[in-house]
Amino acid sequence: MSEPPQPERSGPAIGADEWVARSGERAERPRGLVGRVQELYERIPKSAVFAFVVVCAALVPLLTSQTDNDIYFLRVGTVALVFALLALGLNVAVGFAGLLDLGYIAYYGIGAYGYAFLSSDKFGIHWQAWLVLPLVVAVSALLGLLLALPSRRLVGDYLAIVTLFFGQIFYIVATQGYRISFLGLNKDLGLDRANWDLTGGPNGIANVDRLGVFGLKASSERAYFYITLIAVVVVFAALTLANRSRTGRAWRALNDDTLAAQAMSMPVNWLKLLAVGLGAAVAALAGTINAALLQGAFPDDYNTQVLIIIYAMVILGGAGSLAGAVLGAFVVSVLMLEGLRPQTPIGDFTGNGRWVFYGAIIVVLVAAIRPWRRLAAILGGIVAFGVVVHAIVAATTDRGTDGLLNTGPDTYTDGGPLGWLIRHWLALPAGTYEAGSRNWFNFALVSLIGLVLCLTLVKGWKRDALIVPTVWLAGFVWETRLAEETSGPTRLLLLGALLVGLMIARPQGLLGRPRVEIV
Amino acid sequence: MLAYFQDFQLTWSYFFDQLVAGLTLGSLYGLIAIGYSMVYGILKLLNFAHGEVFMIGSYIGYFVLTWLGGAADPKIPVAATIALMFLAAMLGAGALGMIIERFAYRPLREKRASRIAPLISALGVSFFLQQLAVILFGSAPKQYNAFAFDNGSLFTNVTIGPFTIQYMQLFVIVTTVCLMAALAVFIARTQVGRAMRATSFDLEAASMMGINVDRVIVVTFFIGSVLAGAAGVMNGLIFQNVDPYVGFQVGLVAFTAAVVGGIGSIPGAMIGGLAIGIGRAFSIGYVSSSYQDVIVFAILIAFLLLRPSGLFGTPAPQKV
Repeated sequence: MSEPPQPERSGPAIGADEWVARSGERAERPRGLVGRVQELYERIPKSAVFAFVVVCAALVPLLTSQTDNDIYFLRVGTVALVFALLALGLNVAVGFAGLLDLGYIAYYGIGAYGYAFLSSDKFGIHWQAWLVLPLVVAVSALLGLLLALPSRRLVGDYLAIVTLFFGQIFYIVATQGYRISFLGLNKDLGLDRANWDLTGGPNGIANVDRLGVFGLKASSERAYFYITLIAVVVVFAALTLANRSRTGRAWRALNDDTLAAQAMSMPVNWLKLLAVGLGAAVAALAGTINAALLQGAFPDDYNTQVLIIIYAMVILGGAGSLAGAVLGAFVVSVLMLEGLRPQTPIGDFTGNGRWVFYGAIIVVLVAAIRPWRRLAAILGGIVAFGVVVHAIVAATTDRGTDGLLNTGPDTYTDGGPLGWLIRHWLALPAGTYEAGSRNWFNFALVSLIGLVLCLTLVKGWKRDALIVPTVWLAGFVWETRLAEETSGPTRLLLLGALLVGLMIARPQGLLGRPRVEIV
Repeated sequence: MLAYFQDFQLTWSYFFDQLVAGLTLGSLYGLIAIGYSMVYGILKLLNFAHGEVFMIGSYIGYFVLTWLGGAADPKIPVAATIALMFLAAMLGAGALGMIIERFAYRPLREKRASRIAPLISALGVSFFLQQLAVILFGSAPKQYNAFAFDNGSLFTNVTIGPFTIQYMQLFVIVTTVCLMAALAVFIARTQVGRAMRATSFDLEAASMMGINVDRVIVVTFFIGSVLAGAAGVMNGLIFQNVDPYVGFQVGLVAFTAAVVGGIGSIPGAMIGGLAIGIGRAFSIGYVSSSYQDVIVFAILIAFLLLRPSGLFGTPAPQKV
C-alpha cells in the first residue's frame, strides 16, 4: 500500500500568503504566442468582455427564423440560460460560502409552483407577473433562511443532509399533493372534496400563464430568450457586486476557515443563512421563468437528478467563478443534455450524441497528453488497434462486423462516410441489438469501467498502452449499449462520472482558481 | 361503549403489528446506518454512495436467487439458498465499497482536496451507480418473489407474548442482532478493531503511531458495505423487489438514523435505526403512507434542534 515518493507535487500549493502560494502558478504561464495572446486578453477590462458576450448572445435570436430547427435551437438556448441562472444561484452557497446546499432544487420548484398557483387556471387566480415574481422570490428566500436555521449551528455536513431531505420532501409533496386530507376534516375546513388537490400530483399543473406586463404577454420563443437573458445578466451583475462586497469577502473567509472567521468576529451563522437565502431567491426566479416557459409546473423537472445536473454545471465551470457557472451551464445543458439526445423533439437533428461522445474523448486526449509525439503515437495506436481487431473479427466470424449504428430505440443507420469509418474501426456485430444479447454488451460496459479504473493505477508507458484498448472499448460500448439509452440513463451516468473525475483530476473546474493553502 | 373497547383491543394488536414492522425496518436501517456512521467517524465524510452499495447488494441477492432457480423452485435447500444470497451480496457489496474508497475517495485524500470535494465526489459516485444499475438491470423492479419460498411458510405468523411476528421478520431481526454482536466483538477485541477506534479518535496521531491508516479505512469501508449488502438482501426478502432507486431512498433514511443516533457512534446508529424504523412504521400505520419521509424529516429536524450531537454522540470540541 505504501507508494514511492512521487516526483510531481500533489495537493494544493502552499505558501506564507496568497501571493507566495500562487507564485508557481504564475511561473507556469505559457510563453511565446499563446502567452502573448493571453496577456493581451487580460488587459481588456472584464466588463468589456462581459458586455461583448451579452451583445453576442442578444444577437443570436435575430439570426433565427420560424423553421422547426431554428425554434428548437432557440429553445435549447433558453433552457441553457435558465440553467445558467440556476448555476449562478447555486454558486453563491457552494462556490462563495462553501456550503453544500442539497435542497437547492426545492427552491427552484417552489418558484415554479408558486408562480403556477398564483397565475394559472388551477385555482382560478391570475395575478400579474410583476406582482407574483417578487412575492415568490421573497417567500423562497425566507424558506431558505428558515431551513438553514436549525442546521446553522452545525458542521457543514449536517446542512447537506437536512437540505437533501428538504429537497426530497418537496418532491414528495409535489407528487403526492393531489389527495391531501387533513385528518378527514376537509369538509369542516371548508374544502369541498375529501381529497384536496394542491399540486396536481404527478401530472403537475398545466395552463400556467405566460409572463407579461399589463396585458402584454410574452408568447414567442424569442421573447423568452430575451427575458431569461436579461435575468441572467442582472443576476450575474448583482452577484459580481455581492462577491466584491464586504459580505462576499466574508463568505470567502468562511469558506477558507470557519473557525478563524468566527474568531475575527464575523457573524458566521448569519452569513451562512444569507448565502442559502440568496441562492434560494435566484433559484425561485429561475423556477418562475421555467414555469412560464413550459406553461406548466411538473414535479419531474424538480427532482434530485436535476439537482445533480446543476451541481455538475457549477463544478465543471469552477465553484466560486460566476463566469465558470455560466460556461458550465452551457457546456452541460447544450452538449450533454441536448447534444446526447438521440432525436430532438422538433426539427431533424438526429444522432448528435455520437459526435459529442467521440469529440469529448479526443478533446480530453489532446488536452491531457503531452508532448505531441506521444499523443500522435497513442492516436495512431488507437486507429491501428481498431483496424486489426476489425480484420481479426471479420476473418473469424460471419456477421461480426456488419452492425449498423444505433440512433436511439430501434432506429439504425449506416451513418454516412463517418459512420463507415466508425463501423470499420469497431467490430459491431450485426443483428445483435435484441434483448437477449444485451448481457454481453453489459459485460463490455462493466469491463470498460474496470479498464478506466485501471488507467488511474498505472503510470508511464503502461498507461499509454492501456489507453488504446480503453478508447476502442469505449467506442464499442457506446455503439452497442449506451447510444440506445441516451434519452435517459446514459446522460446521467456520464454526469456522475464527470463529477467524480473532475474532483480528482481538476477540482477547480474550467475557470476556477486552484486552491492554495496558507500556512 | 362495548364497541369502543372492542375497537381498543383491536387497536392494541394493530399497535404491536406496527411495532414489529418497525423493529424489522429499524434493523435494516440500523445495519445501513452503521456504514455511514463508521465512515463518518473516521473520515468525516458523508458517504452518499453507501445507499447505492446497499442497492447493488440487493441486486446481487436477486441474481444469486435467480441463478439458483428462483424462490418458487430452488435447486438447493431453501436455507442454503438464502445463506448463499447473503454471502454473495455481502462479499460483492464489500468489494464494491473497497473499490469506491480506492478510486473515488483515496485520490482526494492524497491530494488534500478541500472539504467539499469528497462530498461532491460521493454524490457523483452515488449517481453513477444508480444510473449504471438502470442501464445494466433496467429501471423496472426485479421481483424477489420471496413469498414463494417453501410455499410461503417463511411468511406465516408465530406468536410470542403480545407479538404476532412472521418468521421472515424474526429472521431479519435475529440476523441483525447476530451481525451486530459480531461487529461489536470485532471492534472491541481484535487488533484491527483497536486500530479503527484509534483512527476514528485521531487520524493523524494514529498514523504517527504506526497504524496503516489507509488499510484501516479500507477495512472500514469493507465492513460497512458488507452490512449494507446484508441489509440489501433483507430488504429484498421483506419487500419482495429491488429497483435502482431504492438505494437513494433507503440510504437517506438510514443516514438520518445515523444522525439521530449520534454520527460516529455504532450503537447509536443501531438505536437510531430502530427509532426511525418504528417512527416510520407508525407513520405508515396511523397517518399516511405517502408522507412517511416527511415524518422522518420532522424527527431529524427535532433532533438537530434539541440534541444536535444525537442520542449517543458526544459534542466534539473544535481543535485548532
